[in-house]
Amino acid sequence: MNGAVLDPMLPLPYRVRQTRRETGDTFTFDLSPAAGGGSFAFAAGQFNMLYVPGVGEVPISISGDPGEPPTLVHTTRAVGAVTRAMRQLKRGDVIGVRGPYGVPWPVAEAEGNDVVIVAGGIGLAPLRSAVYHLLRHRDQYGKIVLLYGTRTPADILYRRELEQWRARFDLEVQVSVDRATPDWRGHVGVVTTLIPKAGFDRLNTVAMVCGPEVMMRHAAMDLEKRGVAPTSIYVSMERNMKCGVALCGHCQFGPTFVCKDGAVFRYDRVRELLAIREI
Amino acid sequence: METLKPVLAEQPFLHGLDDRHLDLMVGCASNVRFAPGEFIFREGEEANHFYVIRHGRVAIEVFVPQRGAITIETIGEGDLLGWSWLVAPYHWRFDARATELTRAIALDARCLRGKCDQDHDLGYELFKRFVLVIEQRLQATRMQLLDLYSVNS
Amino acid sequence: MNGQSPQVGDTLVLGRQDLQSLITELGREGYRVIGPVLGGGAIVHQELTSVDQLPAGWGSEQAPGSYRLKARGDRALFGYVSGPHIWRTYLHPPVVRVWRAVRENGGLRLIADDGDAPRFAFFGVRPCDLHAIAIQDQVLTKGPYADPCYAARREQAFIVAVNCGRAGGTCFCVSMKTGPKATSGFDLALTEIIDERRHDFLVEVGTKAGARVLGGVSCRPAAEADTEAAARVVAEAAAEMGRVLDTSGLKERLARSYEHPRWAATASRCLTCANCTMVCPTCFCTTVEDATDLTGSQAERWRKWDSCFSVEFSYLHGGSVRPSARARYRQWMTHKLSTWVDQFGTSGCVGCGRCITWCPVGIDITEEAAVIAGGEQAGQGRIGAKENDDGDA
Repeated sequence: MNGAVLDPMLPLPYRVRQTRRETGDTFTFDLSPAAGGGSFAFAAGQFNMLYVPGVGEVPISISGDPGEPPTLVHTTRAVGAVTRAMRQLKRGDVIGVRGPYGVPWPVAEAEGNDVVIVAGGIGLAPLRSAVYHLLRHRDQYGKIVLLYGTRTPADILYRRELEQWRARFDLEVQVSVDRATPDWRGHVGVVTTLIPKAGFDRLNTVAMVCGPEVMMRHAAMDLEKRGVAPTSIYVSMERNMKCGVALCGHCQFGPTFVCKDGAVFRYDRVRELLAIREI
Repeated sequence: METLKPVLAEQPFLHGLDDRHLDLMVGCASNVRFAPGEFIFREGEEANHFYVIRHGRVAIEVFVPQRGAITIETIGEGDLLGWSWLVAPYHWRFDARATELTRAIALDARCLRGKCDQDHDLGYELFKRFVLVIEQRLQATRMQLLDLYSVNS
Repeated sequence: MNGQSPQVGDTLVLGRQDLQSLITELGREGYRVIGPVLGGGAIVHQELTSVDQLPAGWGSEQAPGSYRLKARGDRALFGYVSGPHIWRTYLHPPVVRVWRAVRENGGLRLIADDGDAPRFAFFGVRPCDLHAIAIQDQVLTKGPYADPCYAARREQAFIVAVNCGRAGGTCFCVSMKTGPKATSGFDLALTEIIDERRHDFLVEVGTKAGARVLGGVSCRPAAEADTEAAARVVAEAAAEMGRVLDTSGLKERLARSYEHPRWAATASRCLTCANCTMVCPTCFCTTVEDATDLTGSQAERWRKWDSCFSVEFSYLHGGSVRPSARARYRQWMTHKLSTWVDQFGTSGCVGCGRCITWCPVGIDITEEAAVIAGGEQAGQGRIGAKENDDGDA
């Protein structure tokens, strides 16, 4: 009888509480269970499979606060049929949620160390959950450094939050843009240029990196150049997903399933895979 | 048998290098050839050689998933390929691929680093020349960044 | 005339004339019996009720890109090897609805499709295919999440295995250690013994269910002569294997060969038609399709077989991760023979030979593995060839 095995492909209905436009085609929305009550527990770095009724389903990382009470927030870009339909969602609309899935950021392993976070573009979204966790448990960590790079000043994601974090005395935040506009007074250059001078102890640091694959490869190389061990660097991979539960075969990355063995990977374990074109 | 000394001597990159230093370099040099499409080095590999291109063309590439291999720059006859061998941890940051039949002189980096350590004058002469190459490439790259021909610049 | 009822582990002999009663008994127990029949110029799977539907006297001649039926000259019922059909079609259906969603009261109600699973009796499962089923059990039910559709059908399935007396032109079960004799995973296993004097079947009882079904069929305990005859049948198949795959260290050898020049050469032949993935008994990739009715009030999710050979398979916003045929062929082969071992603990290949037979251009996975993981040229990327080395480096 089918009831014996739980169907991992069946979503649960969730209601949209708020939506907001971020920058360009990037937007954010909050969810809560449609049946009311209950909260959605997750770890920073995990993702959900989100279903827009009748349109389709996509994996989107959770960028909310994993602490108590957890906030189920997603930020994504409207680049395909499903995400464009998501951008039209309004408060009260119901969508399907499956998750949370995936290996989270190593916030536990990082305790007792400095933490350097290197985010590129929308890569800041899955890392924001980690920042929330680190700040909630600030005492457990040494120096915390957030390095964020994006295309232009208008593309800076979570700008207000970045400014608030920057204003704290226990967190270093540096932002750089690839291309400046006349009113920009900050750093100009790729985000990896911020790595050599950032304030962390190379011997006792855990690095969490998320952004376009080329940026992650070069950021990891620059971190290594500075002396951070490859076993202390973590990256977040992305692949086509149709199930999120390692049954459809789509998200394979060499011998790994990104949905089950990632999306967060320890860099030394995927370094060779990253060097193979079209793997 | 002819050594590579006369070949090295005529490279514009090494113009003005004295005989003694040329001899030191010949000791680390070898002739190499790459077929069209062949990779000379790959991102992440150890930078054990650098190359003086005698003939042909080399594309310096970065592979961007889904977009494919993007050529950042091409270099040709008389140009220098590779300076990651000068800076620890000596790993290539980009791919280099011969786009046509290419002949070059390969200089063994470890050998040369050792000789520069022993003979600082050789080191100074080489680093002077490399700084020039890197400066030229950096200025050109900055201009490239400006995307001067784009419609909405 | 049988005396006591059969027990698990018993070996008996079933006469040719009594084979029908085995099929009848399975029908009586509510199974839909699926077995081999002639169809469309091949030996295919179909629901059957009578022994007369079996392809008596037929075998096949198989080679890369080629399949021909061939009359054997005897009346053997199982004298063929694997055809294009696979048991995976019944356990992991090519098209299946997963759930329905209904908009109501401003919300969404999701209704799983968990009707009763069909009860199949697979009649004539070759040892290689038996291993393939075990491999799919591992992939689809032993991971952190299980597929309920597969699990339900699998639980109900009754398996009558048939050992092989001939090797096919393309198969290589001996190399993959998956045959030609079934050792476990069956309810009943038959070995057809046919010569001038006899035509009957050695039957091994694998499970209680097998014992129960066999209890309704007339058979006698096997004598030493019977088990010896059956052993000779299987030994003949083992001795005439036409292909070999060297599996020693294959996982590691392939893992080091991602840049081998042979990939490009084979890709130029490969049509990326995905035939191999459709006839492979272990392939499990699927995609989902979400659809809605015109009013948008009802939606459905359907699951369908998919293939890593399609460009869309690896699509991410902006493009596919594997746009080239070279990368897609490489993905299929390295997954099947190398990364599958990392993921599931066994090879993904059972040596059935179907991908070789049904490839329109006749690409042979054993030949590719020998070249790519072969030895001299194994290893990623090479540095430029040196003409003469004058240096004393």
